[in-house]
Amino acid sequence: MELIKVKDVKTVFGEKVVHDGLDLHVDEGEIYGLLGPSGCGKTTLLREMVMLQEFEAGSIEILGKKIENISEEDAQELRRKWGVLFQFGALFSSLTLAENIALALREYSTLSEAMIQEIVAFKLDLVGLKPSDAFLYPSEISGGMRKKAGIARALAMDPKLLFLDEPTSGLDPISAREFDELILQLRSMLGLTIVIVTHDLHSIYNTLDRMAIIDNKKVAYEGSLEEVTSVKNDFIQTFFRDKI
Amino acid sequence: MNKKPLHIDFQKDGVSLDFSGELTLYNLTQAQSLIETNTLSNTQKIIINLEQVQYLDTAFALFLTDIQEKYNAEIQCGNKNFLHTLALTKEHKKRLDTNDNIHKKNIIEYIGKTFYESYLSFISFVEFLGKIFTSFLLYFKSIKNIRIKEIAFEINESAVRAFGIVALTSFLIGLVTAYQAAYQLQRYGGNIFIVDMMGISIFRELAPLITAIVIAGRSGSAYTAQIGAMKITQEIDAMRTMGFDPYTFLVLPRIIALIIMLPILIFVSDMMAMLGGIIVADLSLDLTPSLFLDRLSEVVAIKHFYVGLIKGPFFAFLIASIGIYRGLMVKDDTQSIGFNTTKSVVESLFAVIVCDAIFSIAFTNLGI
Repeated sequence: MELIKVKDVKTVFGEKVVHDGLDLHVDEGEIYGLLGPSGCGKTTLLREMVMLQEFEAGSIEILGKKIENISEEDAQELRRKWGVLFQFGALFSSLTLAENIALALREYSTLSEAMIQEIVAFKLDLVGLKPSDAFLYPSEISGGMRKKAGIARALAMDPKLLFLDEPTSGLDPISAREFDELILQLRSMLGLTIVIVTHDLHSIYNTLDRMAIIDNKKVAYEGSLEEVTSVKNDFIQTFFRDKI
Repeated sequence: MNKKPLHIDFQKDGVSLDFSGELTLYNLTQAQSLIETNTLSNTQKIIINLEQVQYLDTAFALFLTDIQEKYNAEIQCGNKNFLHTLALTKEHKKRLDTNDNIHKKNIIEYIGKTFYESYLSFISFVEFLGKIFTSFLLYFKSIKNIRIKEIAFEINESAVRAFGIVALTSFLIGLVTAYQAAYQLQRYGGNIFIVDMMGISIFRELAPLITAIVIAGRSGSAYTAQIGAMKITQEIDAMRTMGFDPYTFLVLPRIIALIIMLPILIFVSDMMAMLGGIIVADLSLDLTPSLFLDRLSEVVAIKHFYVGLIKGPFFAFLIASIGIYRGLMVKDDTQSIGFNTTKSVVESLFAVIVCDAIFSIAFTNLGI
């Protein structure tokens, strides 16, 4: 089943055309990568998918809903069905980690406080944080922990879809590999569909099932890792030159 | 989704909890209350039946694990995915039980910590003053060290642009004090004494304080916000690594600019407040401006004017250093800027008033 369908998307910033006729689709249960050179609009596409940014023309369908003309109610429902991890975590700095994770549960459900605490502890455990970390503020923890906590927050409502914006950037190689491991685990444990924007070659080889390489405003390649090197494209040839 | 997620079936030899439909955190509370109202006991045999379930999320799985442990129930489920989710939650429970030592603060620890933290912040302010002092010494080692351009920029930013607001506020304060006094003086027929009263109160106390308050609110807070934002974006770290000492580039120019400009602002304030007084005296006490000015030079000694101006550099130092210190205390989160800006204004106003009180006592004892 296709959870995300992107068709003919065009994005324009002032004079600059970022995407023109961009097509791709993400199947259920896969880890899908958005790759490409700097400034090709990977993060922009991700922002368009989660309705943070509007696009000029074309269509994006997520979980069966076309987001270019979605009603506010549907949009709100959609927002509870996905989780987003931003590049620097974007945890709310006035709240502790536990409060960050509990926020959506408190707002959107009628759960009792004890149940919420239990869910929070479970999510923290799921991403590999300690129970005592729950009482720390985002300014008191390291970048890697912030990303883990960001994932725990994204998972709070048990989403079907997870968007990760450069999850391993700014992490040391060991933490980055641990993070890859975590992403794979989460997929198998919770049956998530995950869309990742990444530059990290190790992550690409470790985690991705399929990917789209965006170059020159279009998708230069969509498919699995095995066939990628056969594509004649400068970026792809340079990027995948050294096999790991 | 509005269908009941749970049906409780009481049988002869036990109870069967028949779950059905999509089990998510949205209908968890419903199921929970249903189980709580039907009091179950451990003696009965309890079966959790998940055969009719289409979807199970982790929140509900946690809940099911809870009931299973509480009542020692048996789970009937054919779906592999659900069993997998349940196993995951059970594993987590086990891990949680082993390291369940969450520390809670009590009141004494809280008081102790608060006290110790304020002690530490006092120490760090003293350290900050020390650094300012050593940077000052460096400044005077060579004329070249003085950042004339930065100082001029700050003079314009934080003082010249404040002329308007200082002038307007002072004018209004002069107007108001004179007007209130005029009413009282008229009843005693002491119209002419408005000059003595205005001269001493404005020159000695009101003008310096009004100026300091306006500048603390306007420029002191701006210092905190500017430097705080620079700290969050790591600009200050970048300066340090490039060998630009933030104290010579950011801190001292601001302090020096205010020290130079505050007496001038106080002078503006003096003039404007006096202008307000003259207007009121003319309109409601029939005291012509020339009479007012004659009387002023006769009865109000020049020392009162100087006393007001002398306070300027001291107030300036307090406002600028507290503003900058608070800016440097900003931590890497968004709340911190607001918190420190508020603190900077409150603390600098308090410091200015304390300083004014000290001056008042000192000058009186010295007979000035």
